[in-house]
Formats: sequence, C-alpha cells, structure tokens
Amino acid sequence: MSDTFFTASPHWTWWIILYFFVGGIAGGAVMLATLLRLLGKPEDQPIARLGYYLGLGGAAVSGLVLTIDLERPLRFWHMVFQSHTGLPMFKAWAPMSVGVWGLMLFGAFTLLAAAGAAAEEGRLPWPRLHILAEGALGRGIGVLASLFGLFLAGYTGVLLAVSNRPIWADSNWLGILFLFSAASTAAAALLLLATRTGHGADAAATWLARFDRRVLVLELLALIAFVVSLGQVARVLVGGWGVLLLLGVVGLGILTPLVRPEPHVRAARLVLVGGFLLRTVVLLASAPIHAAGAGVTLR
Amino acid sequence: MPEPMGFYTDTTVCIGCKACEVACKEWNQLPAANGGRRELSGDSYDNTRRLDGIHWRHVKFVEQFSEDRSQERWLMMSDVCKHCVRAACLEVCPTGAIIRTEFDTVVIQADVCNGCRMCIAACPFGVIDINHASGTAQKCTLCYDRLQAGMVPACAQACPTQSIQFGPIRELKERAQRRVKQLHVLGEPRARLYGADESMLGGLNAFYLIADEPEVYGLPRDPQLPTRNLFKSATLSTVGAALVALLGVVSFRKRRMDQRV
Repeated sequence: MSDTFFTASPHWTWWIILYFFVGGIAGGAVMLATLLRLLGKPEDQPIARLGYYLGLGGAAVSGLVLTIDLERPLRFWHMVFQSHTGLPMFKAWAPMSVGVWGLMLFGAFTLLAAAGAAAEEGRLPWPRLHILAEGALGRGIGVLASLFGLFLAGYTGVLLAVSNRPIWADSNWLGILFLFSAASTAAAALLLLATRTGHGADAAATWLARFDRRVLVLELLALIAFVVSLGQVARVLVGGWGVLLLLGVVGLGILTPLVRPEPHVRAARLVLVGGFLLRTVVLLASAPIHAAGAGVTLR
Repeated sequence: MPEPMGFYTDTTVCIGCKACEVACKEWNQLPAANGGRRELSGDSYDNTRRLDGIHWRHVKFVEQFSEDRSQERWLMMSDVCKHCVRAACLEVCPTGAIIRTEFDTVVIQADVCNGCRMCIAACPFGVIDINHASGTAQKCTLCYDRLQAGMVPACAQACPTQSIQFGPIRELKERAQRRVKQLHVLGEPRARLYGADESMLGGLNAFYLIADEPEVYGLPRDPQLPTRNLFKSATLSTVGAALVALLGVVSFRKRRMDQRV
C-alpha cells in the first residue's frame, strides 16, 4: 500500500474542478491569441482578440471560484500579504503560493491585452488604449500574458503532486497532463467562441482545429504515462472512475475528435467535455481514500 | 529558548480509556461531532474513528481477530499530530498561518488561516482537517497556551497509565529506548520506536513506541515531504509548456507554407 493512503482529503471538489478547467482554458486561450497576434495576418486578429477576452473572463472566474472555495473567503488576501506584518506573502517552493501570484499576474497582463484589443475594436470609451495592442508594447504584454498563461495551465497539476494524497502525489505527470489538456480545451473553447461570433470559417479557426488535434495526441501520450507512473496505485481507478477515464476522457474527449474531426464544432464540444471529466476523475477519485490501517485479520 | 518539547506515546500501556481525547476536547473547547447527536461507528468499539479539526487526540483501536475468531489481539494507540521537525503542512501553507514555536512544535494560527486546505492534503499522517466552528484548518497545538504557562499538555496530564508522556525530546528518547529494550527482554520482539530518530522527517516530536508494523496502526512506513515531487513535476510541466508553444509556432509555419502552395 502506498504511504499516500494514510492521509486525509482536502475536500477539493466542484469549485476546484471548475477552476482547474476554466483556468486552463484561460491560460491556453491567451497563448493561442498571442500566437495569432505575433505570427498571424490581419484577418486572424478577430479570433486573437476573442482569445484575450476569453482569457480575461477565465481569470475573473478563476479568482472568484478560488475565493468562494476558501473556508474563510474574506481572508483571501492572506495569501498575498502576511496578515500580521503587511509584507508580501510568497513561498517559491509552495505551488499554491506561486500559483496565487501567477494567477494575479496572468490576470493583470491579460487585462492589459484585452483592453488593447477592445480599444482596437472601438469598444472602449478610451480609444487611446489601443497602444496596448500595438508595437513592442503590445507584443511584450502578449508574450508576458502567455508565459503566465502557460504557467496557469500547468501549475495546478504540480500543486496536486506536491502533496501527500493518493494518485496526485504518486505521479509526476499531472502537471504536463493538465497543461496539454489546457491547450486542447483552450483551442476548442476559442473555436466555439469564434463560430458563435461568425468567425468559424476563418483560416485561424481551421488552424485552431488542426492545432487541437496535434495537442490531443500529446495529451493521450501524457495520460498513458500518468497512469503507468501510478504503478500499483492505479488499482484505485479500477471501477467507476476508470470507466469514466477510459470512455469519457479517452474515448469521447480524445479519440472521437481525433478520428472524426469534422464538424469542428462537435469535435470541440467533445474536447471540452473530456477536459472537464479529466479533472473530475483526478480530483474525485482521490477524495474518498483514507486507510485507517489496522487489518482486522490477526496474523 | 526552551529546549524542544514533545510527546512520547507508549502504545503498549494504553488501555483505550480515551481520557486524553476528553481532556483535549475540554481544554481546547472543541465542539461535539454531529452537533452532539450520538453516532456509532457500527464496526468498532471506537466511535471517534479519526483525527480531524475537532478531534486533536484520537485513541485508535486496532481490533484484530483470527479467521475463526478464537483468538484476538487489541492494540490501542493515542494518535496525535506528530509535530514533525521537517513539517509538510508548514512547508506548503500559502498564508504563513503554520508556524514553528519556541518549543519546536508546529502550530496553526487560527487568525491567519483562510481555510485553503493545502495542509490537509500535505500532511503525511492525515492529522489536519477543518474545524467548522472556526472555518480554519486545526490540529493539536501541543497545548501551546499551557506550555507558555509552564503547564503539561492536557492529554498527558489526564493519561492514567503514562502512555502519553510529555517532556524534553532528548529525555523522552532515552526513556523510550530503555523501554524498547525492556520489552524485547520481556518477549515482545516486535516492539520498536516510530519517528524517534531523524531519518523520519527530521524526527517526530510526537513519537511512538509500537508493537507491530507501522501500517497496522495506520501509520505510513516512510512518510515524505510534499516537495519531493516539486522539481520533477515542475520540470516536466515546463517541457510540456515549451512543446505546446513550439507546436503552435510550427503549425503556424506549416499553415503559411500550405497557403503559399
């Protein structure tokens, strides 16, 4: 029996599952938007702007659900400033501490990028903000927001690994798995958003669909590596959670969109379902495990 | 600075009276479970079942029977926070709520904790949980308030068999080692100390004398710090991030070339 089985569950359930899902999409969307901005053509820019809006919305939702999930939500700022001294609170070796700062900085740079995009479109009463989307400043903001976005997409898996809970601490592959899943769900969400706003036939949308298929292959490989790395612990997945992982995450969320990529919209929806189920399985399969010890059979 | 203080719990003399549990609850004003409604475990004489936010001491009952139930063995162990010298909870706490005191014990400051529950996932022994009365993560403080007043922790004072002994760690270890030798002579070869030396998380300042394998008592054999996974996990994720970015750039290039053709 793994030593992780003697630990207690932190009761991270639906709010955290939602955060892992939405935060991953936000981080990935901003990276994709910046790729479209830096390498794309003028006709790609509507979808790039949608990526920044999606990132900003995701960052806001992430901050909100994380605060709601605290037992004492009004003390959320204790993670940013030491409540006794007012000095900044930061621990480089504690993923949750690094994550709080990463999410805040991601939100800040994404806000700037989204403001620039909105000003470009003439949606803001301050047209001069369009400088945030232009030239070296615009590129710098986009690149920084993307770097924090990639961090946001992957650190959640590292946070789970830096614990002592079953499944989470029994593998080092959760971070990279969540990162690939964030990239694939972000491309899917952005594609759906583009379709909804009349940009579904853009060249950038086709590129998103193709990018998604390639990331799905990486995600499948990382998922296999993750399950293999669990070793004996993988036995806890035998049963309902394993079925959900196999049919829901692998079957619906990865293989179906790979084998039948058309129509794009259906494939994208399935990718989103798979990404959500992946986080659900990883968090909830670990939750009930608590070995009180003490086999009742006398040897 | 006072010297490191802690508990030495000799499980071989525990009689399962649960006086320590009651004394702990009284002194620390911990609320009743289930709002005071009685809830029986149904498969054990122990109805507390585990340490959590409102149970900082828990007398575990290890009730073992042979297949035909003609033979039985009862082990009892008063479980508590191990006050690890290298503490997992303290390592990962993002608010700085968890501190090491002048007595080398580990305490969660209830006015700082915001209930993120990272420490619950990190503790290798499953000691910590939320106390819903305060909305914060809670566990044994080794009666920090009593120690500051020069008193003995409530559980140790209440223990009628001296299964729970409180004192300077150095003295407790000497006493525990003498007791192990005595038990070996008396024909209990499986008697051993758990967490008394520095190989386990730098040493447990609440260590145990147990009479069987650690797993029998629900204790991990080789508890580890959460950060053991940090470097590998973070490195793999960074490689993944680079791959995703590279994939984006390469697929973009490919698109451009396709368009040119």
